[in-house]
Amino acid sequence: MPPPTFELIMAKTVVLERKPLSFSERTYLPQIATGLKTTFSNMFKPKVTLQYPEEKPVIPNNYRGVPTLVKDPNGREKCVSCQLCEFVCPPKAIRITPGSVPEDQDDREHVEKAPQEFEINMLRCIYCGYCQEVCPEEAIFLQDEYSSSGFTREEMINNKEKLYELGGTLPDRHYKWDKKKEAETDGNTH
Amino acid sequence: MNAVDLLFWLFAILSVGGGLAMIFSRHPVSAAMFMIVSLVGVAALFVLLESFFLAILQVLVYAGAVMVLFLFIIMLLDVGPEAGKRKLGHFKMGIFGVLATVLLVGTLLTLGNSFDSLALDQSIWPELSEPKDGPSQSLPFSTQVSSFGYGLMTKYMLPIQISGFMLLAAMVGVIILSKKTPGREDVN
Amino acid sequence: MMDWMPQGLWFEVCLKVFFAFMMVGAVMTMAGYSVLAERKVSAWMQGRVGPNRTVLPFVEYIPIFGPLLKKLGMFQPLADGLKFLFKEEIVPGHVNKFYYYLAPLIALVPALTTMTVLPFGQMYWNDGTVSTLALADLEVGILFVFAVSSLGVYGIALAGWSSNSKYSFLGGIRSSAQMISYELAMGLSLLPVFLWVCAPGSSESGLSLSAIANSQSGGAWLFLVQPLSALIFLIALFAETNRLPFDMPESETDLVGGFHTEYGSFKFGIFFVAEYAHIVIGSAIFTVIFLGGWHFLPFMEDPWPANWIGSLLGVGWFLAKTIFLIFFFIWIRWTLPRFRYDQVMHLGWSKLLPLALVNLIVYLLIVTVIDQNAAANL
Repeated sequence: MPPPTFELIMAKTVVLERKPLSFSERTYLPQIATGLKTTFSNMFKPKVTLQYPEEKPVIPNNYRGVPTLVKDPNGREKCVSCQLCEFVCPPKAIRITPGSVPEDQDDREHVEKAPQEFEINMLRCIYCGYCQEVCPEEAIFLQDEYSSSGFTREEMINNKEKLYELGGTLPDRHYKWDKKKEAETDGNTH
Repeated sequence: MNAVDLLFWLFAILSVGGGLAMIFSRHPVSAAMFMIVSLVGVAALFVLLESFFLAILQVLVYAGAVMVLFLFIIMLLDVGPEAGKRKLGHFKMGIFGVLATVLLVGTLLTLGNSFDSLALDQSIWPELSEPKDGPSQSLPFSTQVSSFGYGLMTKYMLPIQISGFMLLAAMVGVIILSKKTPGREDVN
Repeated sequence: MMDWMPQGLWFEVCLKVFFAFMMVGAVMTMAGYSVLAERKVSAWMQGRVGPNRTVLPFVEYIPIFGPLLKKLGMFQPLADGLKFLFKEEIVPGHVNKFYYYLAPLIALVPALTTMTVLPFGQMYWNDGTVSTLALADLEVGILFVFAVSSLGVYGIALAGWSSNSKYSFLGGIRSSAQMISYELAMGLSLLPVFLWVCAPGSSESGLSLSAIANSQSGGAWLFLVQPLSALIFLIALFAETNRLPFDMPESETDLVGGFHTEYGSFKFGIFFVAEYAHIVIGSAIFTVIFLGGWHFLPFMEDPWPANWIGSLLGVGWFLAKTIFLIFFFIWIRWTLPRFRYDQVMHLGWSKLLPLALVNLIVYLLIVTVIDQNAAANL
């Protein structure tokens, strides 16, 4: 089979015949008048602007705001200071000082560690959400807080207290440590 | 010395000083700016003579249009200071100097003679009151726009036509010189 | 004691200076508020609200009135001006200092000088005489406006050149070329108007702005008589004031800021105010020439009485027309996109200029025919 000729290739392209512009179209004046009408009628349409400090925007679910630490519904600290988030954080905004949980704390049996200090530098944070993704304990969440401001650099470092204050309590699906405790009482340690 | 005299000296110094500064300034843009100052000074002198029309034409045509083109070209070519400086030999310089002196002295002598022959109450303006075959009313010369128009369209009709024709010829010449002929474009 | 000037003259000079300051104040205020109008109207046309937060501390607490002023952003020009005043003044190291400082002044002065010949109303005196309200009702008023406004281009050209930067330079060059091109069409478009206004044998010169305005009293407005002249003049006015669609000198998309790229703080503010002063004066001149000036509607006698109330109403009506035209300037800006540079030149030289010439010749013939008929009927 011979290769398709030039005419055959060109036959597929449809060349549109444009109508020549009429005189009134060539002066552009009617078109300008139409444009003016459009902009003028726009002046009386309702405004779409949000008056920000007074009106707050509706934050969608899954919004990635300021990273926070959360507690479970029993009011227990979920973070076990495994430092995975510190490790994964691309801009190195997280700094954790690990600490241990006292043996005698009744409601936190089996939990060996808890953060002594947990700092997120909001001047470094890029809101990527890796910390939330990597957390095995579901302790760190990027929630709907979007306005983070301060007058000094020190103010922009969220410490543990601030992080828990921002995070609050989120519902828990697993109660992992309760299950461990139950398993132990049932004599099923592993 | 009254206020008008004071203003006259102010604007006279402005125009002459501007002219001198134009000649002596080394940077072309400065020269152009001083020329504008000089032209505006002359326009102000016209205003002092209550000849508003001439004053405005002076600003409109020279300061507003011609000098803008000058400045435009200076900027486009990006001429720096001293760029147009050429060394002339002493001999040539001497010839030009003599020529300029002769011109200056001649002008001064002619001007002096014509001023001598003028009586104080006599006007140096041309007579415009003799009626031509136009409208019967004769217009005394004044600084009014209509009197300019009347003069140009009656007594000075021929000079106006000739100068208009010359300007047209110059314009056509420029167009022909600057236009590229379609068949003669350089193919590199 | 200066004894070379009579006392009466001093008084007159002081009075003139006082009036001049009042006029400058009025035009500068209007220029400042056109900036606000620009921001507000553009906001409304784009579904936004515009400046609505600036307020003087105590005005805020006046019921209804205070919040309304705040909502309209009435104090925004004040804040803008103060901001320009107190910003850090940065002079780039590579500029030609003298011309760099001179350029904003040269841009502003012509804009403010043209207003001296601008008539804005009529004063009806108690003894029945009528005089025009203007700083100087010059016999060649319109030529004065052209002459002085043609000097405005130096400000932009020098700013572009002295900034010693490519963007500024291109802006300055474009501006000079554009202004030279459109001045021709602008002047030519007005010639038929003078022909029409100057009835043969009339003693009054038709080059006076007040004569043009008064010729439209009780008759047709000139934009009805000469729509083509009005259109060409309006387009050229847009080009001369560097407004969109002709804002070549500072086309932000391709020249950063154009001629004022290297300018900041108050020097930029002066350019900014000069631009809006041009718009205010341009609108006022268009009103005087084509929209009947301070006279009421076309084909209607002025409804106001011939006393000081009438004078005030006339000035108010003139202001209303001018403000509408300023709005029109803004309206066009937020409707049309910018021309390309070659399109600007093409429109100016090969469309508007021939059109203005044809317009002139047609009206020349019409006026001649009318004139001959009038002469034959005598």
